[in-house]
This record gives sequence, structure tokens and C-alpha cells, in this order.
Amino acid sequence: MTPIVSFWPMAAVLVSLLGALPIILSDRQPNLRESWTILIALVKLTIVASLLPWILEGGSYVFTIAEVIPGVPIELRVDALGMIFALVASCLWLFTSIYSIGYMRSLDEHAQTRYYASFAVAISATLGVAFAGNLLTMYLFYEMLSLSTYPLVTHEQNAEARASGRKYLTYILGTSIGLALPAMLITYSIAGTLDFTTGGILAGKASPEILALLVVLFLFGFAKAGLMPFHGWLPAAMVAPTPVSSFLHGVAVVKAGVFAIFRIIFDILGPETLQQADLGWIVTTLASVTLLVASLIALTQDSLKRRLAYSTIGQLSYMVLGAGMLSAVGQLGGIMHLAMHAFGKITLFFCAGAIYVASKKKYISQMDGLGRQMPITFTAFFLGALSIIGLPPLGGFISKWNLVIGAVDGGQLILLLVLLTSSLLNAAYFLPIIYRAFFADPPADAVVGIKEAPVLCLVPLCLTAFGSLLLFFFHDPLLRLAQLALAP
Amino acid sequence: MKSNLHMYVMAVPLLTAFLVNICGRTNRKAIAPLVLGALGFSSLLAIFVLRQTLTFGDLSYTVGGWTPPWGIELLVDPLSALMLLLISGISFLATFAALPCVKRDLEDRQHIFFTLYLILIAGLMGLVLTADAFNLYVMLEITSITTYGLIALGRGRAPLSSFNYIIMGSVAACFYLLGVGYLYLLTGTLNMAHIATYLPALQGSGALATALAFILVGLWIKMAFFPLHGWLPRAYSDAPDGAGLLIAPLMTKVTVYLMVRLMLTFQSPAFPLLSMDVGTLIVWAAAIGIICASSLALGQRNLKLMLTYIIIAEVGYMVGGAWLANEQGMTGALLHIVNDALMTLCLFLAAVAIAYRTGSFHFDSLKGLYRKMPLTMAAFTVGAFAMIGIPPTCGFFSKWYLLLGGIEAGQWQFVVALIFSSLVNAVLFFRIIEIAYFGSLQESEHHGDAITERQEAPWWILSPLALTAVLLIVVGLSTGPLVNNIIRVMIPVSF
Repeated sequence: MTPIVSFWPMAAVLVSLLGALPIILSDRQPNLRESWTILIALVKLTIVASLLPWILEGGSYVFTIAEVIPGVPIELRVDALGMIFALVASCLWLFTSIYSIGYMRSLDEHAQTRYYASFAVAISATLGVAFAGNLLTMYLFYEMLSLSTYPLVTHEQNAEARASGRKYLTYILGTSIGLALPAMLITYSIAGTLDFTTGGILAGKASPEILALLVVLFLFGFAKAGLMPFHGWLPAAMVAPTPVSSFLHGVAVVKAGVFAIFRIIFDILGPETLQQADLGWIVTTLASVTLLVASLIALTQDSLKRRLAYSTIGQLSYMVLGAGMLSAVGQLGGIMHLAMHAFGKITLFFCAGAIYVASKKKYISQMDGLGRQMPITFTAFFLGALSIIGLPPLGGFISKWNLVIGAVDGGQLILLLVLLTSSLLNAAYFLPIIYRAFFADPPADAVVGIKEAPVLCLVPLCLTAFGSLLLFFFHDPLLRLAQLALAP
Repeated sequence: MKSNLHMYVMAVPLLTAFLVNICGRTNRKAIAPLVLGALGFSSLLAIFVLRQTLTFGDLSYTVGGWTPPWGIELLVDPLSALMLLLISGISFLATFAALPCVKRDLEDRQHIFFTLYLILIAGLMGLVLTADAFNLYVMLEITSITTYGLIALGRGRAPLSSFNYIIMGSVAACFYLLGVGYLYLLTGTLNMAHIATYLPALQGSGALATALAFILVGLWIKMAFFPLHGWLPRAYSDAPDGAGLLIAPLMTKVTVYLMVRLMLTFQSPAFPLLSMDVGTLIVWAAAIGIICASSLALGQRNLKLMLTYIIIAEVGYMVGGAWLANEQGMTGALLHIVNDALMTLCLFLAAVAIAYRTGSFHFDSLKGLYRKMPLTMAAFTVGAFAMIGIPPTCGFFSKWYLLLGGIEAGQWQFVVALIFSSLVNAVLFFRIIEIAYFGSLQESEHHGDAITERQEAPWWILSPLALTAVLLIVVGLSTGPLVNNIIRVMIPVSF
């Protein structure tokens, strides 16, 4: 079907970018400022959702922002793959905005205006990545995302935040300029275009050696996907306030990296081209190693947020692994895991933040018996963890199931083994937390009177946990979108 | 087409220079309206000239009615019209900020400063207008001598830095003049287009090679192409703030334009100047220059000095791009002339705004500036992003063409140098952003919001700065029309 020219995708991107302005201007009126944030989040979600029906029918939208380079305009194009990411991001941003209010006010954080404004710019950039119509546009928004999140990562403005900020930029900006940019230019000079085209733009144009080089440059160039050895920024970024970790380092930023790799594999290099050159193994090997090593490291972390960070690194590699299988089912699993993991992981991070707000506890070893004082939080945590491990009746099961089938179908038994081992490891690093919280005895000097976090923190995490549950039973639209993304 | 429109763009600042000197002696208040009026008029006229050239093609004016090859021709095509607009526009913007700086630094010598300032601008315009190789030399000397004077007006060791520049600049002028002399002996003409017609017959001549080498080296010294850059950092950083604002964005860029102009004029299918082996050598020199200048910038703890080293690295970008000898590289070089001028203006304006309030260019004085001067720092950040090459600022797009040119020419050393320099720029600017953002860590209060006093730079500096920052993005987004309508048209088909 021919794409519809429409301003709405641009409006979806712009609404929060322009929305940063009233947020900054209401610097001295916190209630007004937060109302703006919620209003923008609602408008954004509405616009994105209004684009959904046409996409589900197999259509698409385009909007050209500017002609910059022959054959490569700055252009937005909404298709099924982008729609999944955009929906997940704008939906979870709404929850995060509500959660942020509860979290930031409870802790009386400084510079909240800057925080909300940067957040608004970051979500604009995220939607830009989701709706980008070609690689250049995606690169533009990808960089915008990196830069707008810097003030969020370094929010605390202390020495630790400065060190983490340096690490963040070194990894993210260093790889995107040093690796992704040259790879993009090489692609352009070979193909003469950078448009995302199903089946890729390099078929029959590049030698296997060049393709292999591009695969490596792109995989590491989009370091937000956290493939080892370029994963170090993610645990470091945990110094940020928890809503930032939840949304950006559970959903938007990391998934922008994975999404970029999806686009590269599906729409730039092309699965068939990669199959012919027999290059899928580079992707699957890198992903498998990251997946196992990250899970093992997660086992050793006592800080809850750091354990979640390593868990994220591992789960991101599930998605990359799915894409790298180059088979339809595997890719389907990879795409769906993007959404499933988002809901599960944001719940876990929200819980970690709620625990910190309520009890100032950051370490798992301090959480003995805490579940009895904060039952709702830990129940949500339990659901989130089950989803990430991949057990029914939670969303994570659906995507991991597809990944397993993909591995079996492709006869890649080693990958099957990797997936199963990793699921066991996931269980091994999540379940003890829940066991401790509910069944271990609290230490003798435990503080009494710890209550659940404020309601503005509690509601979003219940909703996202419930979302994980719903995604198991009502995953059809998501499945449909994922299928459309693979075979429009 | 015959027209004298473009002559007025140059003549107005030149004549106003004398008016400023006479009127400004008795009435200081008359200086600002005179200078701004002249430059504003030039800018508007330059826009008109650009539109004229885009519709009617080249405009030509023969001075005194003497036709070339004997007389002097002032020729303007779309590209030089663009340069004309760039020069007049940038000097117009820079003047707003220069006025308060000069008033503060050179209270009783304002009229002298602005006389030199306007002659310099007229000279720069003359450089891009003239079609005559000897006239070019005259204009080059006009700009250089006024620049020596402006720099020497600075404080501290400025006269010494200026003297150093005089020595190097004079050597460069000799080189250029010798080269032109050889060319005149060989061809009997000084009109550049005429010279070009004789070149194919002279192919392989040692004298011609010598002439071109002299001209190139002369221009390289003037533009501070590494390793001929030694004079630039101190000269530019010791100059009075008001002069630095004009000199830093324009001087090197206009000289690079002259080199490209000569290359494009002399190049023809019968005389493939660009595809000579020497091109590869020059690209290597550019790559090494970029890497060295970027590394030197890393060692600086003074904002202005750091920016001067970045200027030197950027000269390497443009020279290298031009000598890649393909369409993409040449497009990148020409586009980068425009972009780099704007980026440098933005960063120098920001630096001057900061120094106006804090009194120093040293990194230590930048602490906590995001709170004290949020608007200035926002503009600085945009300028920094442009230098690093982050889309959609204009710096990204010229870098795109330069990199593409390097890849297509297979000159990987140039590609590596450009990427390296982008990464170094990221380090350089984020180091500053970090200092300004974190302030002093001990004092930073954590909870609740403290009321911090805003100390923005005066409106005269802030408004051109904000406008330039916006321009960086606007020009970036209009890269397509700029390249398709103006730059690509000027690159000969023989590529």
C-alpha cells in the first residue's frame, strides 16, 4: 500500500520537544510543571495510538522534514516495527511521568525542572528513532537521545555522577561517531540510499567481507544495545534517579539501540543477504556471549539496581539474538521481546525505586523480610521477574517461546542450550530476592514502621505489572504488528 | 551579465571606514550606527546579489571601464555571492558584540579600531570578488595589514604576537607574489580566467609547477595550514575580543576559499590540476595536520586558545577535502567554509560573552555557568555540537560530504583523521560542558532548589549569539538546497 503523507508522526515527535518549553517556563510552579508533563504524555500517547489502526491494516505514514543529502532526506516513516517501539515508549512514558512525581517529590530532589525538560526531549528523540524513515534520520535522533539523557544520568551532580556521565558519553557517543557513522557512510557510498527497505538495500552490491565489516561496525556502533564489550555504560548509568533508570535504561535508550540493530538487520543489510554471506553467526555469537556473561555477572551483584542493569544487558541480547537467527520465528520472538521486556523491566525498576523511597535500601542483602512490610511492591516485583524469566502466565513467556522455537526450527541447538541456560540463570538471580523479601527473617536491628511507597509511585508499578500479565492473554495486536514488521 | 551591484557591497564599508574615522573622532556615538548601517546595507545587498546571480548567472564589472585582460574585473557567480553574503552577514552579527567589547577595551581609540575593521571587511569582500590574480594580492595585503593592526591593539603581548604574524604574513605574501610573477611571465596575463586558458599548453613545465607551488604555499601560510600554523594561536587569542570575533571566523575561511577558487578556475579536462599525484600528498598532510592540531587543542586550558587550535584542525578538513579531487570532497570543503565560519562565530561569541562576565577565558572561570548564564551556555552547546558534528547542526553535513569524499577516493587516512578529530572535539567540548555543568562539586547543594542569580551577557552580545546558534541548525537543515543550487553548480563536470 502506498504510504499516506501525514503530519501526525511529526506531531508525535514534536509535542514533547516543544512541551519542554512550558515545563521550563513553569520553573517556579511545580504543580503546573508536572501537569504539563502529564498532559504532554497523554497527548503523545493519543497521537501515537491514533496512528495504530492504519498500521494494523498494513499501511504506513510518511513525512519529510528536510531535504539534506541527495537521496537521503530527514524523513519520518511509521511502519509496524516502529509502531511497536513507539507505542511501548509513549505508553510507559505516561506511567513514568506519574511515577517521577511521586519519586522526585518524596526525595525532594534538586533541579526538577531540568529533569522534566530533559525527559521530554529524550522521549521526543525516542519517538524519532522509532519513526525514522532512513538511517540518517535514525542516527540524528539516536544522537539526540544520547545527549538529552546526559543531564538525567548526571542528575546528582556529584563526583560519582560525573564519572558515570563521562563513561556514558564515551561509550555511547564514542561508538556512534567512531563506528556507526563510518559504517553508515560506507553503506551510503555502496547503495546510494539509506532508506529502510524490507529485505535490505545492499543485496548483491557488497562483498561478504564488506558485509562482515558493516555487521561488526553497526552492532558495536549502536552501543545502547549493550553488546559486550561495550556494555559498561549501563551499570554506570545506574547512578541516575530511579525513574530515569526505569524508563531510559529499561526501555527507551537501550531499546533504541536494539531497535537500531533490528533496522540494520531487517532493512539495511537484509536477512537474506546476511544468510547468503553466512554472517548470522557473528550476531548470534556476540549476543550469546553477552547474554550468558551478563547473567552470570548479575548473580554477583548485591546492589539491586546494578543487578537489574546486568539483567537488562542480558535480555537485550535475547532480542539481538532473535534478529540474528535470521529466521522468521526467531525474529518474531526478538521483536516481541522488545515489548515484553519493557513492561517487565520497568516494573522491576519502579519497585527498586519504591523500595528506596520507602526504606532508603539499595542492597539486596538489606532486604530480608522487607516483603512483609511492602507486600504490593514485592508482588509486582515477583510478576515482573516472572515475565523476564519467561514463565507463563506473563508476557515474557510468549516472546521467549518464539525464540526457542526459532532456535529449534533453525536447527541451532547451541542457541537453544544458551537460551535455556540463561533462563535458569535469570531465575537464579531473581527468585532469591523474592524469597528473602517474603520468607527470610528480618535482621534484629531492622527499622520498624516501613510502609509502602507513596501512592504515585505505587500505582504505576501495579499498572505495569498488570500490563505484563495482560500481554500474555492479549498479545494478538502485538503479534500482528510483529508479523507485519517482518512481512508487510 | 554586466552589473555593478556587487561593487557597492564592497564599496560601502570601505567608504564608511573613512567616515567613521572622521566623525568618530568627535562623536563616539556616531560610530555604532555608521558601522552597523554600512554592514547591514552590505548584507541586504549581498542577499540581492545572490538572488541576481541565481536567476541571471554571473555578474561582471570592469573597474574604470578597462576590459580584461588589461583591466581589473570584479566577477561574482553564485558561489562568490554566497561568500559575499557570508562575509557581510558574519561581520554584521559580529559587530553587535564587538561594539561593547571595543568600548570597554579601547575607550579612546574606537574610531581607529572601526576604521581598520571596516577596511578589513572591504578587503575580504574584494578577495572573493576579484577575478585578477594581482588584484588578489593587493586585497590579501589589505586584509593582512589591517589584521596586524587590529591584533596589535590587544593587551599584554599582543604587539609581539602581531609582529610574529607580520613576519609570517609577509613571507606568505612574497611567496604568493612570486608565484603570480611566474604566472605572468609564462602567460602574459593576470586575469585568472585568461591564465587558465593558457595552462594546458604549459603542461609539464617546471616553471608552472614552481609558480603554482609558490602560490599554494603562500596561501597555506595565510590560512594556517598545519605545519605552517605557528603564528595563528597567539595572534588570534591576543587580539582584542572585538577583533577576534571578526578575524577568527572569516580570515582562514576566505583564504581557503581563494585556494579552492584558484583550483576550480585552473582545473579543466585539458589541464587536470586536481588529479595530479601531489593531491594525495596534500591530503596526507591535511590528515596529519588535523590529528596534530586536534591533539594540541587537547592540551589547552584556555577557551580561546583551544578554539584557535580547532580552527587550525578545521583548515585541514577543508584543504584535505578540496584535494580529494572528487565531487563529494569538493562539496564538503565548500560547504564547510560556510559552516565552519558560522560555528567559529558562534563559539567565539559565546567565549566573548563568558569572558565579558567572568573576566577570563580560563577553564576555571567556567564553573557553574549553566546556572549563571543559561542562554549563553545553551548557544555554546549548540556550537559545540556543530563542531563535534552532531545532526541536525550544519557541522554534521559538511563532515558527511568530506567523509564520503574520503571513502570514495579511498583516502582512508583522511577518513580516520576526520573521525579522530570529531572524537577529540567531543572530548574537548564535553570537558567544558562538564565544568560548566557541575561547577565545584563541594559546594553543590543537593536538595531543594537554590535561587541562583542570573548574570547573562549584555543584549548586544547575547542576541547575535542566539541568532547564530539558530542559524547553525537552520543552515544544517537547508543543506540540500545550498548544495544543489549553489555549490554543485560551481563544481566543473570534469570531476
